[in-house]
Amino acid sequence: MELFRLTIAEALRLLLNKEISNQELLKAVFDRIKNIDSKINAYVTITEEEAFNRLNKVSKTSGIPIAIKDNLCTKGIKTTCSSKILGNFIPPYESTVTQKLINSEYIFTGKTNLDEFAMGSSTENSGFFPTKNPWDTSRVPGGSSGGSAAAVASGMCIAALGSDTGGSIRQPAAFCGVVGLKPTYGRVSRFGLIAFASSLDQIGPITKNVEDCAILMNILSGHDINDSTCANIDVPDYTANLKNGVKGLTIGIPKEYFIEGIDKETLDAVKKAINILSEMGAEVIPISLPHTEYSIAVYYILATSEASSNLARFDGVKYGLRIDGKNLLDMYLNTKAAGFGKEVKRRILLGTYSLSSGYYDAYYKKAQAVRTLIRKDFADAFKKVDVIITPTTPTPAFKIGEKVADPLKMYLNDIFTTPVNLAGIPAISIPCGFSKEGLPIGLQIIGRDFDEETLLRTSYTFEHATEHHKRIPSI
Amino acid sequence: MGISDSDVAHIEALSMLRLESDEAELFKGQLNDILLYIDKLNELDTSDIEPTSHVIPLTNVFREDVLVTMSLSQDEALKNAPDASKGFYRVPKIIE
Repeated sequence: MELFRLTIAEALRLLLNKEISNQELLKAVFDRIKNIDSKINAYVTITEEEAFNRLNKVSKTSGIPIAIKDNLCTKGIKTTCSSKILGNFIPPYESTVTQKLINSEYIFTGKTNLDEFAMGSSTENSGFFPTKNPWDTSRVPGGSSGGSAAAVASGMCIAALGSDTGGSIRQPAAFCGVVGLKPTYGRVSRFGLIAFASSLDQIGPITKNVEDCAILMNILSGHDINDSTCANIDVPDYTANLKNGVKGLTIGIPKEYFIEGIDKETLDAVKKAINILSEMGAEVIPISLPHTEYSIAVYYILATSEASSNLARFDGVKYGLRIDGKNLLDMYLNTKAAGFGKEVKRRILLGTYSLSSGYYDAYYKKAQAVRTLIRKDFADAFKKVDVIITPTTPTPAFKIGEKVADPLKMYLNDIFTTPVNLAGIPAISIPCGFSKEGLPIGLQIIGRDFDEETLLRTSYTFEHATEHHKRIPSI
Repeated sequence: MGISDSDVAHIEALSMLRLESDEAELFKGQLNDILLYIDKLNELDTSDIEPTSHVIPLTNVFREDVLVTMSLSQDEALKNAPDASKGFYRVPKIIE
Protein backbone atom coordinates (compact mmCIF):
# COMPACT_ATOMS: atom_id res chain seq x y z
CA MET A 1 0.00 0.00 0.00
CA GLU A 2 1.34 3.41 -0.96
CA LEU A 3 0.48 5.30 2.23
CA PHE A 4 1.09 8.71 0.63
CA ARG A 5 -1.92 8.05 -1.62
CA LEU A 6 -4.33 7.86 1.32
CA THR A 7 -7.10 10.35 1.91
CA ILE A 8 -7.65 11.90 5.35
CA ALA A 9 -10.70 9.68 5.96
CA GLU A 10 -8.86 6.50 4.95
CA ALA A 11 -5.77 7.38 6.97
CA LEU A 12 -7.83 8.17 10.09
CA ARG A 13 -9.62 4.82 9.80
CA LEU A 14 -6.36 2.88 9.38
CA LEU A 15 -4.81 4.74 12.32
CA LEU A 16 -7.84 4.01 14.48
CA ASN A 17 -7.73 0.31 13.59
CA LYS A 18 -3.97 0.29 14.25
CA GLU A 19 -3.37 -1.03 10.73
CA ILE A 20 -0.77 1.70 10.19
CA SER A 21 1.14 3.99 12.53
CA ASN A 22 1.29 7.73 12.15
CA GLN A 23 5.12 7.41 12.02
CA GLU A 24 4.81 5.18 8.93
CA LEU A 25 2.36 7.58 7.34
CA LEU A 26 4.52 10.65 7.92
CA LYS A 27 7.64 8.83 6.75
CA ALA A 28 5.86 7.69 3.57
CA VAL A 29 4.91 11.28 2.76
CA PHE A 30 8.43 12.66 3.36
CA ASP A 31 9.95 9.79 1.32
CA ARG A 32 7.57 10.70 -1.47
CA ILE A 33 8.64 14.35 -1.23
CA LYS A 34 12.32 13.32 -1.40
CA ASN A 35 11.62 11.11 -4.41
CA ILE A 36 9.64 13.46 -6.61
CA ASP A 37 9.67 17.07 -5.45
CA SER A 38 12.82 17.74 -7.48
CA LYS A 39 10.59 17.18 -10.55
CA ILE A 40 7.54 19.13 -9.28
CA ASN A 41 8.95 21.87 -7.01
CA ALA A 42 5.78 22.12 -4.95
CA TYR A 43 7.49 23.05 -1.68
CA VAL A 44 9.30 26.26 -0.75
CA THR A 45 10.14 24.93 2.72
CA ILE A 46 10.04 21.32 3.93
CA THR A 47 9.66 20.95 7.70
CA GLU A 48 10.59 17.31 8.27
CA GLU A 49 12.35 17.74 11.61
CA GLU A 50 9.57 19.89 13.10
CA ALA A 51 7.00 17.41 11.75
CA PHE A 52 8.51 14.37 13.49
CA ASN A 53 9.03 16.36 16.70
CA ARG A 54 5.40 17.38 16.67
CA LEU A 55 4.24 13.85 15.86
CA ASN A 56 5.66 12.69 19.20
CA LYS A 57 3.21 15.00 20.95
CA VAL A 58 -0.02 13.84 19.27
CA SER A 59 -2.30 10.87 19.80
CA LYS A 60 -1.47 7.65 17.94
CA THR A 61 -4.78 7.89 16.08
CA SER A 62 -4.02 11.31 14.58
CA GLY A 63 -1.13 13.07 12.86
CA ILE A 64 -2.36 13.57 9.28
CA PRO A 65 0.39 15.19 7.15
CA ILE A 66 -0.88 18.44 5.62
CA ALA A 67 0.84 21.07 3.46
CA ILE A 68 0.34 24.79 4.03
CA LYS A 69 0.40 27.46 1.35
CA ASP A 70 3.32 29.76 2.07
CA ASN A 71 1.18 32.88 2.50
CA LEU A 72 -0.19 31.58 5.83
CA CYS A 73 1.84 32.55 8.88
CA THR A 74 3.24 29.58 10.80
CA LYS A 75 4.91 30.46 14.08
CA GLY A 76 8.65 29.83 13.96
CA ILE A 77 8.47 28.48 10.37
CA LYS A 78 9.65 30.69 7.52
CA THR A 79 6.72 32.22 5.61
CA THR A 80 7.75 33.84 2.33
CA CYS A 81 4.67 34.39 0.15
CA SER A 82 7.11 33.14 -2.51
CA SER A 83 8.54 36.65 -2.52
CA LYS A 84 12.15 37.72 -2.14
CA ILE A 85 10.92 40.59 0.00
CA LEU A 86 9.78 38.09 2.68
CA GLY A 87 12.50 35.52 1.98
CA ASN A 88 13.73 35.54 5.59
CA PHE A 89 10.45 36.23 7.43
CA ILE A 90 9.76 34.01 10.45
CA PRO A 91 6.30 34.80 11.85
CA PRO A 92 6.14 35.39 15.61
CA TYR A 93 2.54 34.13 15.68
CA GLU A 94 0.35 31.36 14.28
CA SER A 95 -2.48 32.04 11.83
CA THR A 96 -5.91 30.92 13.06
CA VAL A 97 -6.33 28.17 10.45
CA THR A 98 -2.96 26.58 11.15
CA GLN A 99 -3.61 26.84 14.90
CA LYS A 100 -6.90 25.00 14.37
CA LEU A 101 -5.07 22.27 12.45
CA ILE A 102 -2.49 22.02 15.23
CA ASN A 103 -5.32 21.73 17.78
CA SER A 104 -6.78 18.89 15.68
CA GLU A 105 -3.33 17.22 15.68
CA TYR A 106 -2.52 17.63 11.99
CA ILE A 107 1.20 17.68 11.11
CA PHE A 108 2.67 20.26 8.72
CA THR A 109 4.85 18.80 5.97
CA GLY A 110 5.99 22.22 4.82
CA LYS A 111 5.08 25.42 3.01
CA THR A 112 4.00 25.28 -0.60
CA ASN A 113 4.92 27.46 -3.54
CA LEU A 114 2.61 30.14 -4.95
CA ASP A 115 2.62 33.00 -7.37
CA GLU A 116 4.34 35.80 -5.46
CA PHE A 117 1.78 37.25 -3.01
CA ALA A 118 -0.81 34.95 -4.64
CA MET A 119 -0.78 37.12 -7.78
CA GLY A 120 -1.10 34.78 -10.70
CA SER A 121 -2.75 31.78 -12.28
CA SER A 122 0.22 29.50 -12.98
CA THR A 123 2.72 29.63 -10.07
CA GLU A 124 5.20 30.93 -12.67
CA ASN A 125 5.24 34.26 -10.80
CA SER A 126 6.86 32.68 -7.74
CA GLY A 127 9.90 34.71 -6.73
CA PHE A 128 11.85 31.46 -6.34
CA PHE A 129 10.93 28.83 -8.97
CA PRO A 130 7.90 27.62 -10.92
CA THR A 131 5.97 24.51 -9.83
CA LYS A 132 5.20 21.83 -12.44
CA ASN A 133 1.93 20.00 -13.05
CA PRO A 134 2.23 16.35 -11.90
CA TRP A 135 0.09 15.19 -14.86
CA ASP A 136 2.48 16.74 -17.37
CA THR A 137 5.59 18.51 -16.11
CA SER A 138 5.74 20.73 -19.21
CA ARG A 139 2.52 22.34 -17.99
CA VAL A 140 1.61 24.71 -15.16
CA PRO A 141 -0.20 23.41 -12.06
CA GLY A 142 -2.37 26.53 -12.05
CA GLY A 143 -2.16 29.21 -9.42
CA SER A 144 -1.79 30.80 -7.19
CA SER A 145 -2.08 27.75 -4.89
CA GLY A 146 -0.16 25.68 -7.46
CA GLY A 147 2.25 24.18 -4.93
CA SER A 148 -0.58 22.97 -2.69
CA ALA A 149 -2.61 21.47 -5.58
CA ALA A 150 0.45 19.77 -7.13
CA ALA A 151 1.49 18.37 -3.74
CA VAL A 152 -1.99 16.89 -3.12
CA ALA A 153 -2.23 15.43 -6.64
CA SER A 154 1.20 13.78 -6.45
CA GLY A 155 0.92 12.40 -2.90
CA MET A 156 3.46 14.79 -1.34
CA CYS A 157 0.90 15.42 1.44
CA ILE A 158 -2.47 13.98 2.39
CA ALA A 159 -4.23 17.33 1.98
CA ALA A 160 -3.32 21.02 1.81
CA LEU A 161 -4.51 24.55 2.52
CA GLY A 162 -4.76 27.15 -0.20
CA SER A 163 -6.15 30.65 -0.53
CA ASP A 164 -8.48 31.96 -3.24
CA THR A 165 -8.76 35.61 -4.27
CA GLY A 166 -9.96 35.15 -7.87
CA GLY A 167 -9.77 31.38 -8.32
CA SER A 168 -6.47 30.50 -6.66
CA ILE A 169 -7.82 27.35 -5.00
CA ARG A 170 -10.30 26.18 -7.65
CA GLN A 171 -8.22 26.74 -10.79
CA PRO A 172 -5.12 24.80 -9.58
CA ALA A 173 -7.43 22.10 -8.17
CA ALA A 174 -8.99 21.80 -11.66
CA PHE A 175 -5.57 21.74 -13.39
CA CYS A 176 -4.21 19.10 -11.00
CA GLY A 177 -7.31 16.87 -10.80
CA VAL A 178 -8.10 17.41 -7.12
CA VAL A 179 -10.87 18.98 -5.03
CA GLY A 180 -10.63 22.64 -3.99
CA LEU A 181 -13.19 24.69 -2.08
CA LYS A 182 -13.37 28.45 -1.74
CA PRO A 183 -15.65 29.03 1.24
CA THR A 184 -18.04 31.96 1.61
CA TYR A 185 -16.33 35.25 2.45
CA GLY A 186 -16.33 35.29 6.26
CA ARG A 187 -16.69 31.53 6.76
CA VAL A 188 -13.00 30.95 7.59
CA SER A 189 -10.81 33.31 9.61
CA ARG A 190 -8.03 35.03 7.68
CA PHE A 191 -6.00 36.00 10.71
CA GLY A 192 -2.41 35.25 9.70
CA LEU A 193 -3.08 35.15 5.95
CA ILE A 194 -0.75 37.65 4.32
CA ALA A 195 -3.26 39.93 2.63
CA PHE A 196 -3.48 40.36 -1.13
CA ALA A 197 -7.01 41.75 -1.75
CA SER A 198 -8.87 41.91 1.52
CA SER A 199 -12.43 42.09 0.15
CA LEU A 200 -11.84 38.90 -1.89
CA ASP A 201 -9.30 36.64 -0.11
CA GLN A 202 -10.54 33.40 1.46
CA ILE A 203 -8.67 30.35 2.81
CA GLY A 204 -9.87 26.86 1.94
CA PRO A 205 -8.94 23.17 1.63
CA ILE A 206 -7.39 21.33 -1.33
CA THR A 207 -7.99 17.59 -0.99
CA LYS A 208 -8.03 14.26 -2.81
CA ASN A 209 -11.79 13.85 -2.49
CA VAL A 210 -14.95 15.59 -1.32
CA GLU A 211 -15.21 13.85 2.06
CA ASP A 212 -11.76 15.16 3.03
CA CYS A 213 -12.85 18.64 2.00
CA ALA A 214 -15.82 18.38 4.39
CA ILE A 215 -13.59 17.05 7.19
CA LEU A 216 -11.25 20.04 6.84
CA MET A 217 -14.13 22.52 6.59
CA ASN A 218 -15.34 21.28 9.98
CA ILE A 219 -11.95 22.23 11.43
CA LEU A 220 -11.34 25.49 9.58
CA SER A 221 -14.75 27.21 9.76
CA GLY A 222 -16.09 29.52 12.40
CA HIS A 223 -15.92 32.89 14.08
CA ASP A 224 -12.58 34.35 15.18
CA ILE A 225 -12.16 37.33 17.45
CA ASN A 226 -8.91 38.13 15.60
CA ASP A 227 -10.61 38.65 12.22
CA SER A 228 -13.31 41.32 12.16
CA THR A 229 -14.53 40.12 8.73
CA CYS A 230 -15.09 36.59 9.99
CA ALA A 231 -18.82 35.89 10.32
CA ASN A 232 -20.38 34.89 13.62
CA ILE A 233 -22.62 32.24 12.09
CA ASP A 234 -23.04 28.65 13.31
CA VAL A 235 -21.00 25.98 11.57
CA PRO A 236 -22.85 22.80 10.56
CA ASP A 237 -21.22 19.35 10.51
CA TYR A 238 -20.18 19.34 6.85
CA THR A 239 -19.78 15.56 6.79
CA ALA A 240 -23.32 14.88 8.05
CA ASN A 241 -25.33 15.29 4.83
CA LEU A 242 -22.82 14.20 2.19
CA LYS A 243 -24.73 11.03 1.35
CA ASN A 244 -28.19 12.58 1.05
CA GLY A 245 -28.14 12.78 -2.76
CA VAL A 246 -29.41 15.45 -5.14
CA LYS A 247 -33.11 14.56 -5.47
CA GLY A 248 -35.15 17.74 -5.34
CA LEU A 249 -32.10 19.92 -5.94
CA THR A 250 -32.30 22.56 -8.69
CA ILE A 251 -29.14 23.17 -10.70
CA GLY A 252 -28.76 26.34 -12.78
CA ILE A 253 -26.70 26.33 -15.97
CA PRO A 254 -25.68 29.90 -16.87
CA LYS A 255 -25.54 30.39 -20.62
CA GLU A 256 -22.73 32.95 -20.27
CA TYR A 257 -20.33 30.19 -19.17
CA PHE A 258 -20.93 27.96 -22.18
CA ILE A 259 -19.69 30.19 -24.97
CA GLU A 260 -17.41 30.27 -28.01
CA GLY A 261 -13.77 29.92 -27.18
CA ILE A 262 -14.13 27.36 -24.42
CA ASP A 263 -12.18 24.15 -25.00
CA LYS A 264 -14.50 21.55 -26.51
CA GLU A 265 -13.35 18.65 -24.34
CA THR A 266 -13.96 20.82 -21.26
CA LEU A 267 -17.50 21.67 -22.43
CA ASP A 268 -18.26 18.02 -23.19
CA ALA A 269 -17.00 16.83 -19.80
CA VAL A 270 -19.05 19.46 -17.95
CA LYS A 271 -22.21 18.69 -19.94
CA LYS A 272 -21.76 14.99 -19.21
CA ALA A 273 -21.42 15.77 -15.52
CA ILE A 274 -24.64 17.80 -15.58
CA ASN A 275 -26.43 14.85 -17.24
CA ILE A 276 -25.20 12.51 -14.52
CA LEU A 277 -26.56 14.79 -11.78
CA SER A 278 -29.81 15.11 -13.69
CA GLU A 279 -30.12 11.33 -13.94
CA MET A 280 -29.57 11.15 -10.20
CA GLY A 281 -32.62 13.28 -9.56
CA ALA A 282 -31.58 16.92 -9.79
CA GLU A 283 -33.62 19.33 -11.85
CA VAL A 284 -31.52 21.26 -14.36
CA ILE A 285 -32.66 24.64 -15.66
CA PRO A 286 -31.02 27.28 -17.85
CA ILE A 287 -30.26 30.59 -16.15
CA SER A 288 -28.53 33.84 -17.05
CA LEU A 289 -25.80 35.74 -15.21
CA PRO A 290 -25.76 38.69 -17.60
CA HIS A 291 -22.80 40.59 -16.12
CA THR A 292 -20.34 37.69 -16.24
CA GLU A 293 -18.32 39.24 -19.06
CA TYR A 294 -17.43 42.23 -16.86
CA SER A 295 -16.04 40.23 -13.98
CA ILE A 296 -12.40 40.16 -15.10
CA ALA A 297 -12.34 43.94 -15.58
CA VAL A 298 -13.95 44.51 -12.17
CA TYR A 299 -11.70 41.99 -10.51
CA TYR A 300 -8.45 43.41 -11.85
CA ILE A 301 -9.37 46.92 -10.72
CA LEU A 302 -10.45 45.92 -7.21
CA ALA A 303 -7.80 43.27 -6.55
CA THR A 304 -4.96 45.52 -7.69
CA SER A 305 -6.31 48.55 -5.82
CA GLU A 306 -6.48 46.58 -2.59
CA ALA A 307 -3.08 45.03 -3.26
CA SER A 308 -1.46 48.42 -3.83
CA SER A 309 -2.56 49.37 -0.34
CA ASN A 310 -1.83 46.03 1.36
CA LEU A 311 1.67 45.72 -0.07
CA ALA A 312 2.76 49.20 1.01
CA ARG A 313 3.80 47.64 4.33
CA PHE A 314 6.77 45.89 2.72
CA ASP A 315 9.23 48.75 2.95
CA GLY A 316 12.32 47.24 4.58
CA VAL A 317 11.60 48.60 8.07
CA LYS A 318 9.68 46.07 10.17
CA TYR A 319 10.42 42.75 8.52
CA GLY A 320 11.79 41.14 5.40
CA LEU A 321 14.38 42.36 2.97
CA ARG A 322 16.21 45.68 3.31
CA ILE A 323 18.58 47.05 0.70
CA ASP A 324 20.39 50.05 2.14
CA GLY A 325 20.37 53.41 0.37
CA LYS A 326 21.75 56.87 0.78
CA ASN A 327 18.64 58.00 2.68
CA LEU A 328 15.27 56.62 3.83
CA LEU A 329 13.50 57.07 0.48
CA ASP A 330 16.39 55.50 -1.36
CA MET A 331 16.25 52.53 1.04
CA TYR A 332 12.51 52.06 0.33
CA LEU A 333 13.05 52.21 -3.42
CA ASN A 334 16.05 49.88 -3.39
CA THR A 335 14.23 47.38 -1.21
CA LYS A 336 11.07 47.24 -3.31
CA ALA A 337 13.00 47.18 -6.60
CA ALA A 338 14.97 44.15 -5.46
CA GLY A 339 12.20 42.46 -3.45
CA PHE A 340 9.15 42.52 -5.75
CA GLY A 341 8.80 40.59 -9.00
CA LYS A 342 7.36 42.01 -12.22
CA GLU A 343 3.75 40.87 -11.73
CA VAL A 344 3.63 42.37 -8.25
CA LYS A 345 5.02 45.69 -9.51
CA ARG A 346 2.57 45.67 -12.42
CA ARG A 347 -0.37 45.15 -10.07
CA ILE A 348 0.80 47.78 -7.59
CA LEU A 349 1.05 50.26 -10.47
CA LEU A 350 -2.39 49.38 -11.87
CA GLY A 351 -3.98 49.58 -8.43
CA THR A 352 -2.28 52.86 -7.63
CA TYR A 353 -3.49 54.26 -10.95
CA SER A 354 -7.10 53.14 -10.26
CA LEU A 355 -7.06 54.81 -6.87
CA SER A 356 -5.22 57.96 -7.89
CA SER A 357 -6.78 61.39 -7.89
CA GLY A 358 -8.82 61.97 -11.03
CA TYR A 359 -9.22 58.26 -11.85
CA TYR A 360 -10.88 56.92 -8.69
CA ASP A 361 -14.45 57.44 -9.95
CA ALA A 362 -13.73 56.06 -13.40
CA TYR A 363 -12.08 52.89 -12.17
CA TYR A 364 -12.43 51.91 -8.50
CA LYS A 365 -15.90 53.32 -7.90
CA LYS A 366 -17.15 52.13 -11.27
CA ALA A 367 -15.84 48.63 -10.53
CA GLN A 368 -17.57 48.52 -7.14
CA ALA A 369 -20.84 49.52 -8.85
CA VAL A 370 -20.50 46.77 -11.45
CA ARG A 371 -19.65 44.41 -8.60
CA THR A 372 -23.10 45.19 -7.19
CA LEU A 373 -24.61 44.10 -10.53
CA ILE A 374 -22.60 40.86 -10.51
CA ARG A 375 -23.74 40.10 -6.95
CA LYS A 376 -27.33 40.81 -7.99
CA ASP A 377 -27.03 38.36 -10.91
CA PHE A 378 -26.21 35.60 -8.43
CA ALA A 379 -28.83 36.69 -5.89
CA ASP A 380 -31.51 36.59 -8.61
CA ALA A 381 -30.33 33.18 -9.81
CA PHE A 382 -30.36 31.70 -6.32
CA LYS A 383 -34.05 32.57 -6.00
CA LYS A 384 -34.63 29.85 -8.61
CA VAL A 385 -31.78 27.39 -8.16
CA ASP A 386 -29.83 25.78 -5.30
CA VAL A 387 -26.47 25.52 -7.07
CA ILE A 388 -24.94 26.75 -10.31
CA ILE A 389 -22.68 24.53 -12.40
CA THR A 390 -19.99 25.76 -14.80
CA PRO A 391 -16.54 24.73 -16.03
CA THR A 392 -13.86 25.84 -13.53
CA THR A 393 -11.54 26.99 -16.33
CA PRO A 394 -11.91 27.59 -20.09
CA THR A 395 -9.15 25.03 -20.87
CA PRO A 396 -7.14 22.35 -19.08
CA ALA A 397 -3.62 23.21 -17.83
CA PHE A 398 -1.62 25.30 -20.28
CA LYS A 399 2.09 25.05 -21.10
CA ILE A 400 4.72 26.65 -18.90
CA GLY A 401 5.68 29.95 -20.53
CA GLU A 402 2.61 30.04 -22.79
CA LYS A 403 1.00 33.12 -21.21
CA VAL A 404 3.79 34.87 -19.28
CA ALA A 405 4.46 37.53 -21.91
CA ASP A 406 0.83 38.63 -22.06
CA PRO A 407 -0.65 39.43 -18.63
CA LEU A 408 -4.13 40.12 -20.03
CA LYS A 409 -4.26 36.67 -21.63
CA MET A 410 -3.24 35.19 -18.28
CA TYR A 411 -5.94 37.20 -16.47
CA LEU A 412 -8.66 36.00 -18.86
CA ASN A 413 -8.00 32.44 -17.73
CA ASP A 414 -9.81 33.40 -14.50
CA ILE A 415 -13.05 34.31 -16.25
CA PHE A 416 -15.19 31.61 -14.56
CA THR A 417 -13.74 31.88 -11.07
CA THR A 418 -13.50 35.62 -10.37
CA PRO A 419 -17.29 36.35 -10.32
CA VAL A 420 -17.61 34.08 -7.27
CA ASN A 421 -15.05 36.08 -5.25
CA LEU A 422 -16.68 39.35 -6.29
CA ALA A 423 -20.03 38.05 -4.99
CA GLY A 424 -18.48 36.60 -1.82
CA ILE A 425 -20.24 33.25 -2.33
CA PRO A 426 -18.74 29.73 -2.02
CA ALA A 427 -17.67 27.47 -4.89
CA ILE A 428 -15.92 24.15 -5.29
CA SER A 429 -13.95 22.57 -8.12
CA ILE A 430 -14.03 18.79 -8.50
CA PRO A 431 -12.58 16.53 -11.20
CA CYS A 432 -15.13 15.73 -13.93
CA GLY A 433 -13.07 14.15 -16.69
CA PHE A 434 -9.83 14.15 -18.65
CA SER A 435 -8.76 15.52 -22.00
CA LYS A 436 -7.43 13.20 -24.71
CA GLU A 437 -3.95 14.25 -23.64
CA GLY A 438 -4.72 13.00 -20.15
CA LEU A 439 -5.14 16.39 -18.46
CA PRO A 440 -7.75 16.77 -15.70
CA ILE A 441 -10.87 18.88 -16.26
CA GLY A 442 -12.59 20.70 -13.39
CA LEU A 443 -16.29 21.15 -12.67
CA GLN A 444 -17.22 24.26 -10.68
CA ILE A 445 -20.27 24.18 -8.40
CA ILE A 446 -21.31 27.56 -6.99
CA GLY A 447 -23.62 27.95 -3.99
CA ARG A 448 -25.49 30.42 -1.84
CA ASP A 449 -23.84 32.39 0.96
CA PHE A 450 -22.80 30.04 3.77
CA ASP A 451 -24.27 27.01 2.00
CA GLU A 452 -21.08 25.00 1.59
CA GLU A 453 -23.14 22.00 2.75
CA THR A 454 -25.11 21.80 -0.49
CA LEU A 455 -21.94 22.22 -2.57
CA LEU A 456 -20.29 19.36 -0.75
CA ARG A 457 -23.37 17.13 -0.98
CA THR A 458 -23.73 17.75 -4.74
CA SER A 459 -20.00 17.16 -5.24
CA TYR A 460 -20.03 13.98 -3.18
CA THR A 461 -22.99 12.62 -5.12
CA PHE A 462 -21.24 13.23 -8.44
CA GLU A 463 -17.93 11.90 -7.19
CA HIS A 464 -19.47 8.64 -6.04
CA ALA A 465 -21.18 8.14 -9.38
CA THR A 466 -17.89 8.51 -11.28
CA GLU A 467 -14.28 7.33 -11.21
CA HIS A 468 -12.42 10.52 -12.15
CA HIS A 469 -11.14 11.21 -8.64
CA LYS A 470 -9.53 7.77 -8.51
CA ARG A 471 -7.20 8.46 -11.44
CA ILE A 472 -3.71 9.48 -10.32
CA PRO A 473 -0.81 10.99 -12.24
CA SER A 474 1.89 8.51 -13.24
CA ILE A 475 4.76 10.48 -11.71
CA MET B 1 -7.59 57.27 -22.24
CA GLY B 2 -4.08 55.93 -22.52
CA ILE B 3 -1.16 55.91 -20.11
CA SER B 4 1.77 58.09 -21.15
CA ASP B 5 5.40 58.02 -20.00
CA SER B 6 4.63 60.79 -17.54
CA ASP B 7 1.64 58.85 -16.15
CA VAL B 8 3.92 55.88 -15.56
CA ALA B 9 6.42 58.14 -13.80
CA HIS B 10 3.59 59.64 -11.70
CA ILE B 11 2.20 56.30 -10.48
CA GLU B 12 5.73 54.97 -10.03
CA ALA B 13 6.34 57.83 -7.60
CA LEU B 14 2.96 57.39 -5.87
CA SER B 15 3.67 53.68 -5.38
CA MET B 16 7.22 54.33 -4.16
CA LEU B 17 8.53 51.93 -6.76
CA ARG B 18 11.65 52.47 -8.86
CA LEU B 19 11.35 50.86 -12.26
CA GLU B 20 14.19 49.90 -14.53
CA SER B 21 13.94 51.73 -17.85
CA ASP B 22 12.95 48.54 -19.69
CA GLU B 23 10.28 47.84 -17.04
CA ALA B 24 8.74 51.30 -17.47
CA GLU B 25 8.38 50.78 -21.22
CA LEU B 26 7.06 47.22 -20.81
CA PHE B 27 4.53 48.18 -18.14
CA LYS B 28 3.30 51.18 -20.12
CA GLY B 29 2.29 48.92 -23.00
CA GLN B 30 0.81 46.23 -20.78
CA LEU B 31 -1.12 48.68 -18.58
CA ASN B 32 -2.55 50.31 -21.70
CA ASP B 33 -3.74 46.91 -22.95
CA ILE B 34 -5.32 46.16 -19.59
CA LEU B 35 -6.99 49.58 -19.31
CA LEU B 36 -8.32 49.29 -22.83
CA TYR B 37 -9.92 46.00 -21.80
CA ILE B 38 -11.26 47.55 -18.57
CA ASP B 39 -12.94 50.28 -20.63
CA LYS B 40 -15.68 47.75 -21.41
CA LEU B 41 -17.17 48.66 -18.01
CA ASN B 42 -18.29 51.92 -19.61
CA GLU B 43 -20.82 49.95 -21.65
CA LEU B 44 -22.85 49.80 -18.42
CA ASP B 45 -24.81 52.70 -16.97
CA THR B 46 -24.18 52.50 -13.22
CA SER B 47 -25.39 55.97 -12.26
CA ASP B 48 -28.20 54.51 -10.10
CA ILE B 49 -26.21 51.60 -8.71
CA GLU B 50 -24.93 51.66 -5.15
CA PRO B 51 -21.25 50.59 -5.17
CA THR B 52 -20.50 47.49 -3.08
CA SER B 53 -18.72 48.14 0.19
CA HIS B 54 -19.04 44.71 1.82
CA VAL B 55 -20.21 41.39 0.42
CA ILE B 56 -21.58 40.13 3.71
CA PRO B 57 -23.58 42.19 6.20
CA LEU B 58 -21.05 43.55 8.68
CA THR B 59 -21.82 45.78 11.60
CA ASN B 60 -19.53 47.35 14.14
CA VAL B 61 -18.79 45.12 17.08
CA PHE B 62 -18.06 47.05 20.25
CA ARG B 63 -16.15 45.83 23.28
CA GLU B 64 -14.24 47.24 26.22
CA ASP B 65 -10.83 48.65 25.29
CA VAL B 66 -8.88 45.92 27.03
CA LEU B 67 -6.54 43.24 25.75
CA VAL B 68 -8.71 40.22 24.90
CA THR B 69 -6.44 38.39 22.50
CA MET B 70 -2.78 37.66 21.87
CA SER B 71 -0.21 40.39 21.71
CA LEU B 72 3.44 40.40 20.74
CA SER B 73 6.17 41.37 23.15
CA GLN B 74 8.57 44.11 22.06
CA ASP B 75 11.28 41.51 21.43
CA GLU B 76 8.98 39.38 19.28
CA ALA B 77 7.80 42.39 17.31
CA LEU B 78 11.37 43.47 16.59
CA LYS B 79 12.75 40.02 15.85
CA ASN B 80 12.19 40.24 12.10
CA ALA B 81 13.40 43.84 11.79
CA PRO B 82 16.34 44.27 9.39
CA ASP B 83 17.77 46.76 11.90
CA ALA B 84 16.62 47.40 15.46
CA SER B 85 18.22 49.16 18.39
CA LYS B 86 17.20 49.75 22.01
CA GLY B 87 13.63 48.59 21.43
CA PHE B 88 13.12 50.62 18.23
CA TYR B 89 13.16 49.98 14.50
CA ARG B 90 16.20 51.78 13.11
CA VAL B 91 15.96 53.52 9.73
CA PRO B 92 18.39 55.70 7.76
CA LYS B 93 18.74 59.24 9.07
CA ILE B 94 15.94 61.47 7.77
CA ILE B 95 17.00 64.82 9.28
CA GLU B 96 20.01 66.45 7.70
